[in-house]
Order: sequence, then structure tokens, then C-alpha cells
Amino acid sequence: MTAAHVLADRAGAAQVLAGQVADKQSGEPFFFWLLAIVSVAAALGMIFMRKAVHSALLLATVMLSLAALYAVQDAPFLAFVQVIVYTGAVLMLFLFVLMLVGVSSTDSLVETLRGQRFWAAVCGIGFVVLLGVGFANAALGDSAGVKNANAEHGGNIRGLAYLLFGKYVFAFEATSALLITAALGAMVLAHRERTTPKPTQRDLSVERFRRAAQTGAHPGPLPGPGTYARHNAVDMPALLPDGTPSELSVNPIIAARTDTAHRHTDLDGQTEQQALDRDVRAVRTVTETADSERGRPRETEEDEK
Amino acid sequence: MSPGHYLALSAILFTIGGLGVLVRRNAIVVFMCVELMLNACNLAFVSFSRMHGNLDGQIIAFFVMVVAAAEVVVGLAIIMTIFRTRRSSSVDDANLLKY
Repeated sequence: MTAAHVLADRAGAAQVLAGQVADKQSGEPFFFWLLAIVSVAAALGMIFMRKAVHSALLLATVMLSLAALYAVQDAPFLAFVQVIVYTGAVLMLFLFVLMLVGVSSTDSLVETLRGQRFWAAVCGIGFVVLLGVGFANAALGDSAGVKNANAEHGGNIRGLAYLLFGKYVFAFEATSALLITAALGAMVLAHRERTTPKPTQRDLSVERFRRAAQTGAHPGPLPGPGTYARHNAVDMPALLPDGTPSELSVNPIIAARTDTAHRHTDLDGQTEQQALDRDVRAVRTVTETADSERGRPRETEEDEK
Repeated sequence: MSPGHYLALSAILFTIGGLGVLVRRNAIVVFMCVELMLNACNLAFVSFSRMHGNLDGQIIAFFVMVVAAAEVVVGLAIIMTIFRTRRSSSVDDANLLKY
């Protein structure tokens, strides 16, 4: 063995030792305990929260802590996939469906099966004890670390790519079939056949005028939300030419939920009435000046005659 | 940190997910609990991958994520369909197959 080989071996051993020391110094125990407490607390909160939206947000917390735990365990690719696929796509899909199904749907606390919660808790404790005893009896030893496996092909992502497109290529191909099937299934399940023909613009117009003839409702379009040059938010009722806020200009759901007139309160610290009065005055001056400007040329024409 | 710590955390999270599936009624929350169980399994896979010093566990965790994504798409579509016909997403209301 030449001197160069010995030197290289020593350098390799030193590198391994340095890696172990860095592992100990990287603060992994701190991160582990922090993330473990956060994730378990969020998971418990998730099953105890009554509102589904709160559960979804707590699940996002659990998934983000798990992503951080993957990063701590030298799996950077999985950490990012966890954030992008789970927190980004899957949870947003959950929230989407929650919004479609109705946010206000809360679980009833009435047990339909007697003693269900008690026996569920017993099963849970029994299961975790079973798993704990199993892990305690297994000869787990110390972890070898994936530093070498990562370095073999020059990085975690390259190493995963070699495995994915080499050893696991058939599973990967099967995955593509699975994804296509899932997309097709979602389309088939979410598709709804129309039982009545879609109303055309003509039908809608005829219907509007029929309703106007029957009930006297205004057949024209509803006023748009917002106020001249000041607010254009969709929840801000428009001011009619006589200065009263029009509830028709905002979405009926928003109008039903809150008193929309109070939205004319300004951020200047005035009272609602003052702010509304000022808005009304602004609208009046604009409409009156527009009237007088329109009126003036007509007078001159009459003068010429 | 020894792999035992990570496996214990994974077991606790899996059990909490299982408890949620048993206890909750809202189908969407039940589904979220299933996702939590899948995530706990992924944590165990990553820990085993690190314990053995090879990347196979991470690949399996990646496949679990793909399958979970496909499952969520189909499951949520089913929940939407049931909600459309029954106006409810409670698992107690979908009992037609029982009789």
C-alpha cells in the first residue's frame, strides 16, 4: 500500500468522524422534540376540533412539522415533496371541498353508538402500547445515516432518481396508470348530467320580464357594488343617486350576513353616520355637477335659436 | 437521535389518526385522519431508510405520497357526489347499503 492510499484512508475516516460530530452538534434532538410536541399537539387538536376547517389547518401544521422532520433526517427531496404535494395540493383540495360542502358544518357531539368514544380510546391506547412494545423489543440499534447513500450518486435527488428509474421503474410505471385512473375516476364521479336544458340568455331575459310583469320587480340589471372613486370592494354597497346605500348591489349572502351600510365607515376614525353623510355628499356633488354640465350646452343652443 | 424516537412519534401519530377515524362523523375529517395515518407511515419509512443507510425507504415514502394524492382525488369526488344527493357529509347518513 502506498503512502497516498494510507493518506486517502485516513482522510476518509476523518470525514466520517467529522460527519458524526456534526450530527451531534446539528441540534437534532432540539428539533426533534420541538417538532414532535408540535405535531402531536396539532394531531390531537385535529381530532378534537369541532369545525372541519380548524381540523384542516391543524393537519397542515402536522404535515409541515413532518416535512421539517424529513429534512432533519437527510431526506430533503421528500421534505419538499411533502410541502408541495401534501400541504400545497392535497390540503388545499380538502379546503376546497370543505368550502363546497359548507364551512359551517360542525360535527354533532351526540354519540349514535353507545360507548363508542370510550372503546375507541381503549383501542387507541391498546394499539399504541402494542406498537411501543414491538419497537422496544426490536433490535433497532443506531441509525447508519443516509449520508453515504446520498453521496454515492452525488446527492439525495440523484440517488433517488437512480433507484426510481432503475430498481423501481415498474412500480413507477404502474404509478402513472394509477394517476390516470384517479383523474378519470374523479371526472366521472364529479360530473353531473343536466336533467334540464341550460337556459339561454333569451330564456333568462324572458323570465326576467315575466317576473317584472307579475311582481313589479325591476327587470334591468342590478346596481354594481362600490362607491364613486372611494371603495370598489364587492362587499361595499353602492350609493343610489339619492344617497341611500343599495343592498341590491352586493351579493345577497354578504348582505344577509352583516349590515353592509356600516361598511361606509371610513378608517379616519369618524362615526358611521358622518362617513355615510360624506359619501352621500360626494355622490350628490358629482351627480349635480354632471347635471349642470349637461344642462349648460342645452341653454346655449336655445339662446342661438 | 436513535430511530426508536422517530418510530415512537410515528406510532403515536398513527394511533391519533386511527382514533380520529373511529370517533369523527364528518366524512372529510375522517379522510383527513386517514391522511395523518399515511403521513405517520411515511415518517416510519424515512426513519427506517436512515437506519439502514439506503434510500429505498425514501422511495417507498414517495410512492405512498403518490398513492395518497390519487386516493384523495377519488375520495373527495365520492364525498362530493354523496353530499350532492344527500345534502350531508356525515358518515352516519350514508347507510343505504346496510338494509
